[in-house]
Amino acid sequence: MSDTTFNAARRRLLAGTAALAGISVAPGIRLISTAEAAVSGPASAKNRWGLLIDSNKCDAGCTECVTACKTEQGWTGNDRPESDPQWIRKVNLKDNKTGATASLPVMCQHCEHPPCVDVCPTGASMKREDGIVLVDKHICIGCRYCMMACPYKARSFVHEDVHNQKQHMPRGKGTVESCTLCVHRVDAGGTPACVEACTEKAGRDAMVFGDLNDPASEISKKLAKHVTTRLRADLGLEPGVHYSGI
Amino acid sequence: MKRILFTQIQGNSTGYIALLGWLGAFVAAALGAVYFMEHNGHYVTGMNNQIVWGMPHVFAVFLIVAASGALNIASISSVFGRVMYKPLGRLSTLLSLALLAGGLMVLVLDLGRPDRLDVAMMKYNFKSIFAWNIYLYTGFFAVVGVYMWMMMERRMNRYTKIAGTVAFIWRLALTTGTGSIFGFLVARQAYDAAIMAPMFIIMSFSFGLAIFILVLMAVSNGTGRPLGDVLIAKMKNLLGVFVAAVLYFAVVQHLTNLYATEHHGVEAFILSDGGIYTGLFWFGQILIGGLLPLALLYHPTTGKDRMMIALAAAMVVIGGMAQVYVIIIGGQAYPLSIFPGYEVSSSFYDGIVGSYSPSLPEVVLGLGGVATTLLIVAIAIKALPFLPATLADADIDPHYVEPEPEPEPEEADSDDEGEEAAEAA
Repeated sequence: MSDTTFNAARRRLLAGTAALAGISVAPGIRLISTAEAAVSGPASAKNRWGLLIDSNKCDAGCTECVTACKTEQGWTGNDRPESDPQWIRKVNLKDNKTGATASLPVMCQHCEHPPCVDVCPTGASMKREDGIVLVDKHICIGCRYCMMACPYKARSFVHEDVHNQKQHMPRGKGTVESCTLCVHRVDAGGTPACVEACTEKAGRDAMVFGDLNDPASEISKKLAKHVTTRLRADLGLEPGVHYSGI
Repeated sequence: MKRILFTQIQGNSTGYIALLGWLGAFVAAALGAVYFMEHNGHYVTGMNNQIVWGMPHVFAVFLIVAASGALNIASISSVFGRVMYKPLGRLSTLLSLALLAGGLMVLVLDLGRPDRLDVAMMKYNFKSIFAWNIYLYTGFFAVVGVYMWMMMERRMNRYTKIAGTVAFIWRLALTTGTGSIFGFLVARQAYDAAIMAPMFIIMSFSFGLAIFILVLMAVSNGTGRPLGDVLIAKMKNLLGVFVAAVLYFAVVQHLTNLYATEHHGVEAFILSDGGIYTGLFWFGQILIGGLLPLALLYHPTTGKDRMMIALAAAMVVIGGMAQVYVIIIGGQAYPLSIFPGYEVSSSFYDGIVGSYSPSLPEVVLGLGGVATTLLIVAIAIKALPFLPATLADADIDPHYVEPEPEPEPEEADSDDEGEEAAEAA
């Protein structure tokens, strides 16, 4: 057998082996991708997730939404209020002129045009197709420019080691984090922990979660019925969080 | 004008070795501070979730802004053809690169994850001015490095003008980028203003020249090289113009804000009710960084006194740091206006002026950046011929006349006399 014939035979053998290997592995890969798609599926622009918060139903003394978020995402602090993270907070308002008061939770407003995403040098701050604004903890370099850029003070920098992390929410010292709209629940067809707590624990029903793109959703119906406001609407960022009663 | 002879410094005196030792100690201390901050997390600093950028950013921005300004002296000779500044071109490019290196060191080492610098180099979001700045800063090293080479390599001297022009345009872009870090922030009352970019450019002219004058005087004194009065007088007059221009921009910035009612709150905070920030604005930025240096530089007596000129330059540096502090920290301390017209309170310090006191590690890191700059300059002037052997008026002033005869005020533009002769010692 000449060298050329030998090489050609060897090539055929190698190609055959590779094809065999491909045939035996491919179904496995296919299975894995099918399983993942079944659990989550890619975020789609068909949805635009948002919140409606009715401050008339919210009580200044109630912090169930905050507690639920802490428990769900595991961002309990270290008794250093200035540097401890806060993904959601209760803000109490008093009208300067009339003295009227209101209370409402403030978290990431999941803007349509988020300034945090604009300024992030690495693209760690990002907006999903369905409008949920997230931080990719793997490529966040901890520059905090997004915190400078957020008009809502919605973001926190992790100032020290983190413990007892949740499996669905990896966190890391030296990176920035904020409300994820409980993306792990939303992807599984659920509602954010704060909304659930407001209804089930506080019994106030002050928070409604849903798809702003779906005219049949409860949130869309309510938004179509009553005039609502969005924080710093003048900036034109089109937040996904709407407020009524202020 | 005579031929310029460039030489290295001897660099074997006790003073020089001691200087290197001190600067090295500061750099080592800064690295120790970084380890302390990164190991424990940023809670050990004065920075928090209200004031997210602190003292490291004040040092870093100041040094980066000054870096592009330090290049002015070289630009004046290469781009604008002033031959008298030609002997200073090499030192100007060196100081410029060293300042940028010092500033970037501080900026990068304060990151939450400095170990991920490679990510910042590989993943870009081109809508981010920060991402643009990564290109502007690294490009500056390349452009100014080439410019320096054109100046130092005799065979390449003919390309000095073109390289200098590219570097001049690049430094304008760089400082525009630095100013725009703040100019592009829509969220905060103190920023979101187009004036930030040109204001940072004029700040760079002033801070960079002040540092250049101080370094030049120190190097001339330390190495016993003559430094002529005419050159000093030219530079101090130029510094005076830049200081006045910085004041002008500060006036325009605040007058514009004062006209718009929505900015009255933040203006009242900076100009009258802001405590430390108000103090730093009036006494640091305006008085020490502006009015006093102007008086010293232009007064008939102090304007001729080298010590007073050096003092004025030092004041410009101190006032410049105060200005950057007021912009960066003061701008963050003023609470975000999320609910205009309402009094707000929360567990997250809404509606409250942010509190910040610089911690020791932050200051040490910042000073480490300054030390890095000076260390680079000190080592480079020993390694390569950056310094002219003399800057005496008789040697570098094309219009120099012997003191006895009548001085001729006539201007002439002879460009070919500045032929250089680099000499490796």
